Amino acid sequence: MGTNLNAWSEALAGFYFIGLPLGLVILAAIPLVFIALYSLTYGVYGERKISAFMQDRLGPMEVGKWGILQTIADILKLLQKEDIVPTSADKFLFVIGPGVLFVGSFLAYAVLPFSSAFIGASLNVGLFYAIGIVALEVVGILAAGWGSNNKWSLYGAVRSVAQIVSYEIPAAIALLCGAMMAGTLDMQKITMLQSGTLGFAHFFLFQSPIAWLPFIIYFIASLAEVNRAPFDIPEAESELVAGYFTEYSGMKFAVIFLAEYGSMFMVSAIISIVFLGGWNSPLPNIGSLALNDMTSGPIWGAFWMISKGFFFIFVHMWLRWTLPRLRVDQLMYLCWKVLTPFAFVSFVLTAIWEVYVP
Amino acid sequence: MSNPTYTVIFYLFAAITVCSAAFVVFTRNVIYSAFSLLFTFFGVAALYVFLSADFIAVTQVVVYVGGILVLLLFGVMFTNSIMQTGQKSEVTHIIPGTILLAGIIGALLYTFYTTHGWMPSETTLQGSIVERIGFETMSRYVLPFEMVSILLLAALIGAAFLARFDKSGK
Repeated sequence: MGTNLNAWSEALAGFYFIGLPLGLVILAAIPLVFIALYSLTYGVYGERKISAFMQDRLGPMEVGKWGILQTIADILKLLQKEDIVPTSADKFLFVIGPGVLFVGSFLAYAVLPFSSAFIGASLNVGLFYAIGIVALEVVGILAAGWGSNNKWSLYGAVRSVAQIVSYEIPAAIALLCGAMMAGTLDMQKITMLQSGTLGFAHFFLFQSPIAWLPFIIYFIASLAEVNRAPFDIPEAESELVAGYFTEYSGMKFAVIFLAEYGSMFMVSAIISIVFLGGWNSPLPNIGSLALNDMTSGPIWGAFWMISKGFFFIFVHMWLRWTLPRLRVDQLMYLCWKVLTPFAFVSFVLTAIWEVYVP
Repeated sequence: MSNPTYTVIFYLFAAITVCSAAFVVFTRNVIYSAFSLLFTFFGVAALYVFLSADFIAVTQVVVYVGGILVLLLFGVMFTNSIMQTGQKSEVTHIIPGTILLAGIIGALLYTFYTTHGWMPSETTLQGSIVERIGFETMSRYVLPFEMVSILLLAALIGAAFLARFDKSGK
């Protein structure tokens, strides 16, 4: 099996298309696509189950044991649905919107280190790229909302974009605190700096007494960036039907959801990498019981990275069914008058800590 | 840069940049030209990557796509008449435009041929460019940096003042 897979990947890596190493690109993209797909499939399933348990229900139970195949059945259903484009919609923008949205949420996967042996592209500006590329998602949302030619969609898109653009500021400053502790923007290096035999004690969250502040600020801001509750006013169903994707159905709707779960996993991965050690094992070596050494390595790295990502997705869902939605003015108040000043404070304090405390 | 793969990818991105920029200019639909600008900005960012300026490339995406393009789209979308009439832009000033274009192309070609082709930088790039940018900004260029930040702060205060709710006007 192992050798077969190896031979297969080598053959693919050697595949050239008119002089382009297309095979190499495909080879790196395959695991990433699978991670995004799994985060969608189990994200949707998890969301339904978690919401059900929090509301004292059972959730999907029919398809497969405990309804575990429900999402696959849903995807099969969505694939067969008629692809409806509203008559008065701007056809081109309506069709291109979900695609741009998904590409925007998926591009950041290129710089996420999933284990010590696997990273799409180890850029020396990785973290900056991961924050910046979200801009493409913003344009996708605007294209979808405007192309639908529907007032609800347009309001949803404008709300969503205003929210994402505003919350980028506290999020970026909070991540800058992590980058300052690492002294690099390369995500693989940031992760490596947090490895050690003491496990979680090497994580940046526990390396400085102020790190919890940017951690919480980035977590709140990332919730807003992926339009999750309590910041889901772009798709507030009681006011806007479904926000910018009101008019979408079938596979296009599925692609928008794929983008949403993809970006949820993306922000969860970023927060795990910058503050919680990425693919490093959180278990410490206790005396002769070398738990850290036992649970480190490329495969374990991928396991830790993905479980940390899923843990934060779980917290996203947990909050969604716990907290009420904010109003637009409260949302902006929180961003500009609470998160941004505290982000600056944490920035200055982290700088002082890094300079004066060795 | 002799690798044919790089050449092919370079010309691909160059074609994307030029075609989308042409579309920005030639389309009559304002919203399409705004969306087409997205591809132009990404193409330019890709060309920066070919110049080994990854930091500038990402900054290009952050500033132009995340800031300016979104602002532009907001501006176009909040223009009331855009929804009803499908506003068209007129073609005006053809002759001065053509003269200006020919002049710029002529000047560029003249410079290119009189200075014997491309001029590669004398100092070669080594190591990570991000650290270099940080050190240079905070040492040699600290005064321009501070001046730009004061200018931006003034612009920010001015924008907040203009957008403020007018109490006296009711």
